[in-house]
Amino acid sequence: MSLIEARGLAKRFGSETVLHGVNLSVERGEIVTIVGPNGSGKSTLLRMLAGVLQPDSGVVVHAKGLKIGYVPQKLALEASLPMTVRRFLDVPKRVSEADAQAALARVGVAALAKRSLEGLSGGQMQRVLLARALMVQPDVLMLDEPTQGLDQQGQADFYRLIEELRAEIGCAVLMVSHELHVVMSASDRVICLNGHICCEGTPEIVRNAPEYRRLFGTGTQGALALYRHEHDHVHDESCAHEHEESH
Amino acid sequence: MLNDFLVRAGLAGLGVSLAAGALGPFVVWRRMAYFGDAMAHAAILGVALSLGFEISIFVGVFFAALLVAALFLTLTRRAQTSDSALGVIAHSALAFGLVAVAMSAGPRVNVESYLFGDILTVSRGDLALIWSVAAVVAAWLVWRWQALVTWVLSPDLAETSGYNTRAEELGLILALALVVAVGIKAVGALLITALLIIPAASARPHVKTPEAMIALSLGFGALAAVAGLQGALWLDTPAGPSIVCAAALAFAASTLFAKLRGR
Repeated sequence: MSLIEARGLAKRFGSETVLHGVNLSVERGEIVTIVGPNGSGKSTLLRMLAGVLQPDSGVVVHAKGLKIGYVPQKLALEASLPMTVRRFLDVPKRVSEADAQAALARVGVAALAKRSLEGLSGGQMQRVLLARALMVQPDVLMLDEPTQGLDQQGQADFYRLIEELRAEIGCAVLMVSHELHVVMSASDRVICLNGHICCEGTPEIVRNAPEYRRLFGTGTQGALALYRHEHDHVHDESCAHEHEESH
Repeated sequence: MLNDFLVRAGLAGLGVSLAAGALGPFVVWRRMAYFGDAMAHAAILGVALSLGFEISIFVGVFFAALLVAALFLTLTRRAQTSDSALGVIAHSALAFGLVAVAMSAGPRVNVESYLFGDILTVSRGDLALIWSVAAVVAAWLVWRWQALVTWVLSPDLAETSGYNTRAEELGLILALALVVAVGIKAVGALLITALLIIPAASARPHVKTPEAMIALSLGFGALAAVAGLQGALWLDTPAGPSIVCAAALAFAASTLFAKLRGR
């Protein structure tokens, strides 16, 4: 049985239809990336799949006892709410000191336990959010634009960490992104979204799909070119490092 | 001991300020200061209802506060906050309340005792009510604690963790209405919000976790009640406002202390 199965999802905000006719499923252990331009309904879809948002029509079915490790786009942190990194890991359930330390160490921020959330950098915050999501021993990690605001190296590191975690704990990964080239290489399956699912499949299939090219081929020349460059020109020295990462 | 009106006043002040001190951080975190104010202003309307229908003040105020909360939530479901909606509701409720009290009871009723509290005339029954509310609020906080903190932190996280954010919000509103309803007697409709906000705000600079903030907020609340009543005795000043003055002075000291420590 699929971890998450969605059939015929539609969502309107006011008179505007953001999503319609979306069918998709997430299987155990796979990395699925949803890409699409701004306003294509990516985050809306993720939030419906997570059960945060109710669809106007269609259904989302979760496997029984599904545990979701949710990593929000960012935390709208209220300055009046005091919260250390360690305390944050106790949300929503208290966890043991050993588990907390292990999770922080695993994502590379062991030294931050006593720090307040408000003082963290963007990259540190992403790792702390990820560590918290790991505490529930998730069947599926859901990440909403997890690397927004990180530099190229930071993005690549973060995605490699996600891949390693998937291998270690066997969770599925469902993430939303517009950073096409890095994400696509790390994904088992890419779903190209623009109000509906334009095309989906392995990164290779999607990359060559005319729908995808229509969506990203114009106006985002840079991103598409970068992606193709890395994968089609193995001998280009300047890209050798990133290329290795993506395989 | 409870025959002494001063002891009763002290216990009443302590009970109300502890209940408010425990809830206050949530009002601050959720930015509901003005919302709390609107509920408190509606209390006067509740007083009028109580006099008109000859029910207890506590019940009348509680339902008036809930009514205003419901009105506000339906008016502003979509928007995050709405200053003007709250302004309209809060002050309309207060004005209609004042008019209604005058119409239903005439000049016999001293409206001032509801606006600024009348803690020196607290009865044993009032005391029992105040401490029951404090106990209910405390029990509710302990029961829903993780859900509430998760919700305050991020509604999305709360939903994906299996919590119902609507239910938590409703719980918070009910608890607020209860505290407003008992707070009328102690510090009055115009000042009860102060007991929610000031102790919590005083606690904030010195703490690093939500639990610590509640604990310190309770401390500041209790300090305000005891010091305020003591001050009112010495200086022969009105008790309710004196309690709030004590809370404000503690806030000033707390802020100064935090600045000196470089927080």
